[in-house]
Amino acid sequence: MDSINTDVAIVGAGGAGLRAAIAVAEADPALKVALISKVYPMRSHTVAAEGGAAGVIKDNDSFDHHFHDTVAGGDWLCDQDAVELFIHDAPRQLTRIEHWGCPWSREPDGHVAVRAFGGMKVERTWYAADKTGFHLLHTLFQTSLKYPTIERFDEYYSTDLVVADGRCHGLTAIEMKSGQVRFFKARAVIIATGGAGRVFPFTTNGAIKTGDGMAMAYRAGVPLEDMEFVQYHPTGLPGTGILITEGSRGEGGILVNKDGYRYLQDYNLGPPDPWPRKKAMELGPRDRLSQAFWHEQQKGRTIGTDHGDVVHLDLRHLGEAKIDERLPMVRELAMSYVGVDPVQAPIPVRPVVHYTMGGIDTDINAATRLDGLYAAGECACVSINGANRLGSNSLTELLVFGARAGRFAAEYAAGQAVGAAPGVDALARAAEARVVDLFRRADGDENVVALRREMNEAMEDGAGIYRTEASLRSCTERMLEIRERYANVLLADRSNVFNTDLIEVLELGSMIDVAVAMASSALERKESRGSHQRLDYPDRDDDRYLRHSLAHYSPTGQPRIDYREVTITRSEPAVRVYGGAAE
Amino acid sequence: MSKQSVELEILRYDPERDEAPHFQSYTVPYREDWVVLDAVNYVKEELDRTLSYRWSCHMAVCGSCGMVVDGEPVLACHAFLRDYPDRIRIEPLHNFPVERDLVVVIDDFIDKLGSVKPYLVPKEEKDVEEGEYLQKPPELATFMQYTACINCLLCYSACPQYALDESFVGPAALALAHRYNLDSRDVGRGAREDVVASNPGVWQCSFVGACSEVCPKSVDPAAAIQQAKIAASGDYFLNLLTPWKRK
Repeated sequence: MDSINTDVAIVGAGGAGLRAAIAVAEADPALKVALISKVYPMRSHTVAAEGGAAGVIKDNDSFDHHFHDTVAGGDWLCDQDAVELFIHDAPRQLTRIEHWGCPWSREPDGHVAVRAFGGMKVERTWYAADKTGFHLLHTLFQTSLKYPTIERFDEYYSTDLVVADGRCHGLTAIEMKSGQVRFFKARAVIIATGGAGRVFPFTTNGAIKTGDGMAMAYRAGVPLEDMEFVQYHPTGLPGTGILITEGSRGEGGILVNKDGYRYLQDYNLGPPDPWPRKKAMELGPRDRLSQAFWHEQQKGRTIGTDHGDVVHLDLRHLGEAKIDERLPMVRELAMSYVGVDPVQAPIPVRPVVHYTMGGIDTDINAATRLDGLYAAGECACVSINGANRLGSNSLTELLVFGARAGRFAAEYAAGQAVGAAPGVDALARAAEARVVDLFRRADGDENVVALRREMNEAMEDGAGIYRTEASLRSCTERMLEIRERYANVLLADRSNVFNTDLIEVLELGSMIDVAVAMASSALERKESRGSHQRLDYPDRDDDRYLRHSLAHYSPTGQPRIDYREVTITRSEPAVRVYGGAAE
Repeated sequence: MSKQSVELEILRYDPERDEAPHFQSYTVPYREDWVVLDAVNYVKEELDRTLSYRWSCHMAVCGSCGMVVDGEPVLACHAFLRDYPDRIRIEPLHNFPVERDLVVVIDDFIDKLGSVKPYLVPKEEKDVEEGEYLQKPPELATFMQYTACINCLLCYSACPQYALDESFVGPAALALAHRYNLDSRDVGRGAREDVVASNPGVWQCSFVGACSEVCPKSVDPAAAIQQAKIAASGDYFLNLLTPWKRK
């Protein structure tokens, strides 16, 4: 088995991974970086983010506002020391990628423009039309080409962390073009693999969002934090789940039910006028809007389609010129995928799984409890997102904490030897053997496609927008059964060359572990907070659950759940208030 | 009667097993709202686990699923079954070596992308604490179109010049160089000219415009290349007239 020696190995080359790579290269040009990803960097799912990235720059805004919007948006489950650091570094990081060429949309005088997003007291979202993630990703990728110390390993699928003597010594990854497993020996490892939306059947997430990095860290003994919190974005296209940005509501779009009624006024988000207005109606937080849809559906006031019930997102009053300037991709997506020109007609939308607030437990330096292992971006839980992420904080998060992960991993790596612990080669060979076993296994009666569908159904049935003891118990049981059957999955494709059957089998293994952690954490949290809504425990319970859940892996599959206190520095838990009452 | 099914003829090639590429036919259901990628995914999920191809976002922005469908390079997630006949031929992108099935080797493009120095070379280095570089909307508008490239490589597949001579830097990479050259914050044009204004650079383009026709993001690389030719000619004549300014 070939090994590749490096100083900092980064798994994932989306926004967080690229930002981390650049941070390592800038911090210490003597360090080698191996940037490892199962796809080419520009395919990473950061590319699909549309609306923008939050950072305080305007005179009418303040760090206090960004802090409070984030903490209240997260239903007080955010660690406030992390939020503090985040909001202060946000404008610096956004300015830095401006200096690297990001084509931010501008005011007439040449300054960067901002728009409003949901749950924001003051508009602070930097945007590049409605392709912000695309521009941010390509700017980072292109900028990364400047640094000779960053070596890319495109289309390498990472399988396992190599851990010995309580320290992470690197990882194993399959070179997809040859099917060969390589051992990346590293002084430090950063995981930046993004979210796990594909655990659910209906998601804005691309096919690659399978939680591989979360699962790797989890299996290596690092707990997954707050996994019960999964964000539904209120406006996805029916059928495909394609995201229609919150920026479309920030620009003034409205949501109406089958009677043409702005139903959000019935859910403590009104009054509807004047409009647009911050933190009210369509600019309420994502969790509240997705929950309101569910209630409208129960009342029979949504609109039935072949792809499930929808409501209408109406942009017509914005006019063609504004739609083309600010929301060109929304127009194009709606026309292509649902045959609706938003200039002429409202867009059918419904809530769709969008973001995993939870992830690999890290401190504010992006370090995990495993020496030498760091994590940043959606795969990590710092936690600045708490129980519900504020729209447009995630692009900023991957810059702020991607850069931090790079800096602290570089610092750590400089003081360590490579591959020093005895037995690491044997561990890497054992990881390789697990892949080879899949190839050699002749019997096995489980099929990856069927198991994946069953997982998707179990998660949607049991762990969707509203949950109960019974639904979550059944979901957990079904997931554990699927996990057992996964051991008998049969590989249909035995080629070494670009074997996507193999990759899908391994991805399913990651998703199953992540899904079990989500369902088990949700079952144990007997309260409703942010995106985690229990019909049987409808209220927030700060006495018992103002705490982060930590799911610890066990080889049996059933995780052990324990808790850690939330860090509160200056905002005591209070009632979340939106709509007219928020003014 | 509405269509019930369509036949996909997909190019198959596994270098470990096949001496040469061949076509394999699959019958898949017809759905009015399906894109070609949905039909290919149906093959993968229901009919043949050994088919390899790249895809992710299903919304025409990640650039993974470029394929040649009935002779035209398209994004499979943005080409609707309803626009094709009952039998559809699907091949990997042209002008790249086939790695397996619909997966092509794109190392050459990745190298070319890096060769044009696609990053900002600022007029003046500025600390982040001093804020952003100012750029007015009309300045942004001069290059915004050329930022829209998703690196899907349909243009390389369509380019007759790249087909003839793979040393040609090609549409996407040249358009990206042009994007930075036009950026009011950038002064890197001189550094990019070695590649852009060289023979394998803009001068090889015969201005057929196939790249712009197939571009799913309306980047118009052909226009970028022609503009770059004009700029490079300007430099040439300026050098003749003002030899004292030559490096």
